[in-house]
Amino acid sequence: MNESSVPDVSRTVLTGDDIDRVLTRVAFEIIEANKGTNDLVLLGIPSRGFPLAQRLAQRIAASAPGDVDPATLIGQLDITMYRDDLRHSTTRTPSPTRLPAGGIDGKVVVLVDDVLYSGRTIRAALDALADWGRPRIVRLAVLVDRGHRELPIRADHVGKNLPTAKSEKVRVHLEELDGKNEVIIEGAA
Amino acid sequence: MNYLIQQAAILGDEVQDVLIVDGKIAQIGTIEATDDVQVIDAKNLVLLPGLVDTHTHLREPGREDAETVETGSQAAALGGYTAVHAMANSTPVADTAGVVEQVYELGRQAGWVDVRPVGAVTVGLAGKQLSEIGAMADSRAAVKMFSDDGICVWDPLLMRRALEYVKAFDGVIAQHAQEPRLTEGAQMNEGEVSSILGMPGWPAVAEESIIARDVLLAEHVGARLHVCHVSTSGSVEIIRWAKARGINVTAEVTPHHLLLTDELVRTYDPVYKVNPPLRREADVQALRAGVADGTIDVIGTDHAPHPSESKDCEWGAAAMGMTGLETALSIVQHTLVETGLLSWADVARITSTVPAQIGRVADQGREIAVGQPANLTLIDPAARWKVDPSAMATKGRNSPFAGMELPGQVRATFFHGHPTVLEGKLATPRSANA
Amino acid sequence: MKHLLSTADLTREEAIAILDIAEEMRESGTRAIKKLPALRGRTVVNLFFEDSTRTRISFEAAAKRLSADVINFSAKGSSVSKGESLKDTAQTLLAIGADAVVIRHPDSGAPARLAATDWIGLPIVNAGDGTHEHPTQALLDAFTLRRQVALRNGTNPLGQGLDGLKVAIVGDILHSRVARSNLWLLKTLGAEVTMVAPPTLLPVGAHSWPCTISYDLDAVIASGIDALMMLRVQGERMNAAYFPNPREYSRYWGLDDARLATLDASGAQTLIMHPGPMNRGLEISSAAADSPRSTVLDQVTNGVAVRMASLYMLLSGDLI
Repeated sequence: MNESSVPDVSRTVLTGDDIDRVLTRVAFEIIEANKGTNDLVLLGIPSRGFPLAQRLAQRIAASAPGDVDPATLIGQLDITMYRDDLRHSTTRTPSPTRLPAGGIDGKVVVLVDDVLYSGRTIRAALDALADWGRPRIVRLAVLVDRGHRELPIRADHVGKNLPTAKSEKVRVHLEELDGKNEVIIEGAA
Repeated sequence: MNYLIQQAAILGDEVQDVLIVDGKIAQIGTIEATDDVQVIDAKNLVLLPGLVDTHTHLREPGREDAETVETGSQAAALGGYTAVHAMANSTPVADTAGVVEQVYELGRQAGWVDVRPVGAVTVGLAGKQLSEIGAMADSRAAVKMFSDDGICVWDPLLMRRALEYVKAFDGVIAQHAQEPRLTEGAQMNEGEVSSILGMPGWPAVAEESIIARDVLLAEHVGARLHVCHVSTSGSVEIIRWAKARGINVTAEVTPHHLLLTDELVRTYDPVYKVNPPLRREADVQALRAGVADGTIDVIGTDHAPHPSESKDCEWGAAAMGMTGLETALSIVQHTLVETGLLSWADVARITSTVPAQIGRVADQGREIAVGQPANLTLIDPAARWKVDPSAMATKGRNSPFAGMELPGQVRATFFHGHPTVLEGKLATPRSANA
Repeated sequence: MKHLLSTADLTREEAIAILDIAEEMRESGTRAIKKLPALRGRTVVNLFFEDSTRTRISFEAAAKRLSADVINFSAKGSSVSKGESLKDTAQTLLAIGADAVVIRHPDSGAPARLAATDWIGLPIVNAGDGTHEHPTQALLDAFTLRRQVALRNGTNPLGQGLDGLKVAIVGDILHSRVARSNLWLLKTLGAEVTMVAPPTLLPVGAHSWPCTISYDLDAVIASGIDALMMLRVQGERMNAAYFPNPREYSRYWGLDDARLATLDASGAQTLIMHPGPMNRGLEISSAAADSPRSTVLDQVTNGVAVRMASLYMLLSGDLI
């Protein structure tokens, strides 16, 4: 048995209900920043950014005037080929990139991800986006911002600010992929 | 200098002392040491007659980058040899009295073993015209074995004539059995492994068909035939059949063909590239059984050193051949003695007595008895050693046994009564004027 | 995965991973911007000791689409005969700053020697060695087959093997590295393989291979197969008595118009594949090569995607 003086603990920082409330607020923030839903495209970054983008899109479509199909608002942006750490980790299989029918040229693209940490994922996403087209504006919405940025990147819409130690791990579980909804922090207390 | 070998097991059997005086065995029994005699403690060692190799490549003249008569002779001495037959495929080819005398003289000057040059059967090994067999036989080199080894004497008419002609000189034709058309571009044994590796294959029938033809020719003209480096089970069966018919044929096998198979080629390491190629496990077993029942008469090393650039490359570009003088006796012990197939007396027969008879080398391969020339080898069967090509006397680093631990080590070699090897290391050569 | 030398070395998981990554790579080739930055700053050397414009261009395109730099080195014939050994050539490339080597060589086992010795420590892709293997060809063949079957059935190819598919490889099996690589990979992915050839063009050891052997192409076609992989046959082989002449070869083992008509009449969905270059009129008729069943051009397109996937697999994750 591993003898460490401090036991590993995990604590829940967001329950399923908390996540719902937070996403509702972020959805309204997105609409407010854009002054409506025109030209809005939500691109989720796999894996968990995509279900989050889906949930945001449902809320945005529900409060838009007229009948807006949430599916027309969302897409998926795979960033595997654009990572700056390809040589340092195991080979990853890329996921497909799917853009909504209207494309991204001239659109207001909101990148959606679960956790903002060093910022490198978002840097890769910006590079990937540039190869797909030329959005008019790019914004970033994240469920959790845990600090410790290594690049000058900031989120426009944050679900929850979570100060963490670098030794801790933030785990986001979503029903669509993990069967439950919660955000927990693991690591030495 | 005289030598007293104490307490050696002669041919692995009776333990005796052996006194060597003036190059000859003077006494065998229980002998007191005297001041004028160097004592060699041979407790637990086996005494054999000095080994005689029927098949070695010394590379000189022409390829001194690969080996010289001197370095090859040193390797031979370390392997327990007191005589080697040096094959004729040098540059220039040993097809005249001049070249064989040169090789003979180089051997004499080097002084480590008796170098018995082999004469080419055909001029330039081209397979078209008989070389001056008579002149070579009558030269100072006194050639008795003739071979185009490296190349097969393929023309059936020429082989017939060669077999007939050497009878006049009590010579023997040693055939390198390889049908050239069936082995064009061949790189390894043809079989399951070659089909997977995508390498052009060398079918067993290319060796067997030539041996079948040659034993029948030898029978028809009443001549002696020696078959070099037999490698397949089919070849063993043909030779067994020929001997049963009374045909005067002798056969040789290399140490590596008694142990290694074509499975090793899967590594694509050219150290395993050799002619004839490594065959299957079934062939290895048939060869061992052939040695045990006398179908195969002798061990011939086919020692073939190559410079490292000829082996440190891709398979197709690599030269064929393995070194063998310094590992031969250990491989014989490992594959034939330790498997219970042969006794040490049998080992003496196949590595010394019969090879000397085939090459008509009068003062080698003799009985260990009073009055005989003291060409002797002392080995320690209980020793184990690790094969390190960079520590060998041969210039060639292409040993397929590199890194293996082998049993049996030569402790001393006596060449006409002079110790060329003592305590497992090279001592001094015998003076050319002795 | 350190090297790609032989399909016999790939597990089912590894093979499917390469095919899945190749799907994404293929898709990227349909975009306006076809380049991905994954191998930016890396240098891939094409070390070709045998003429092969098609394969070399395919590897070059693959490397460039991943933003790698490409250096082409061609040397005809065995390196030793040209005066510079394979060892020296390889070490020169390392000294220039190569990150990976794609090698095609006339000697079976040359890439394996490069990988096994300490001459260079770089990842090596075998682009064809003698008559031994051509792993990326087999991978692109498997990719093409998997994709075509998925399209036909309306399913998703991702994560799939080739389970239950029946494939016949027809032609000069003896001298074909494509046949060997395809055999191991097809079996690993769950397909059944039949080799069809005259007895002279089948290696002696082939009867121990995990496939059926047949001399009768018509019987094999009639038994119902999913794909016919036709191999190039060199007409000059008749000079070494492998067959009497090209006409007799075509009559018995060529995919001629008559056999194409039989296929069409039977309603079978058999695909016609060929690694190229084709000898129209010898192992395959023009009509067969150009028929809707033919995947020849798809194979070429997919070749770039598969080679991109291979280079990506070898060059990512190498510092861990």
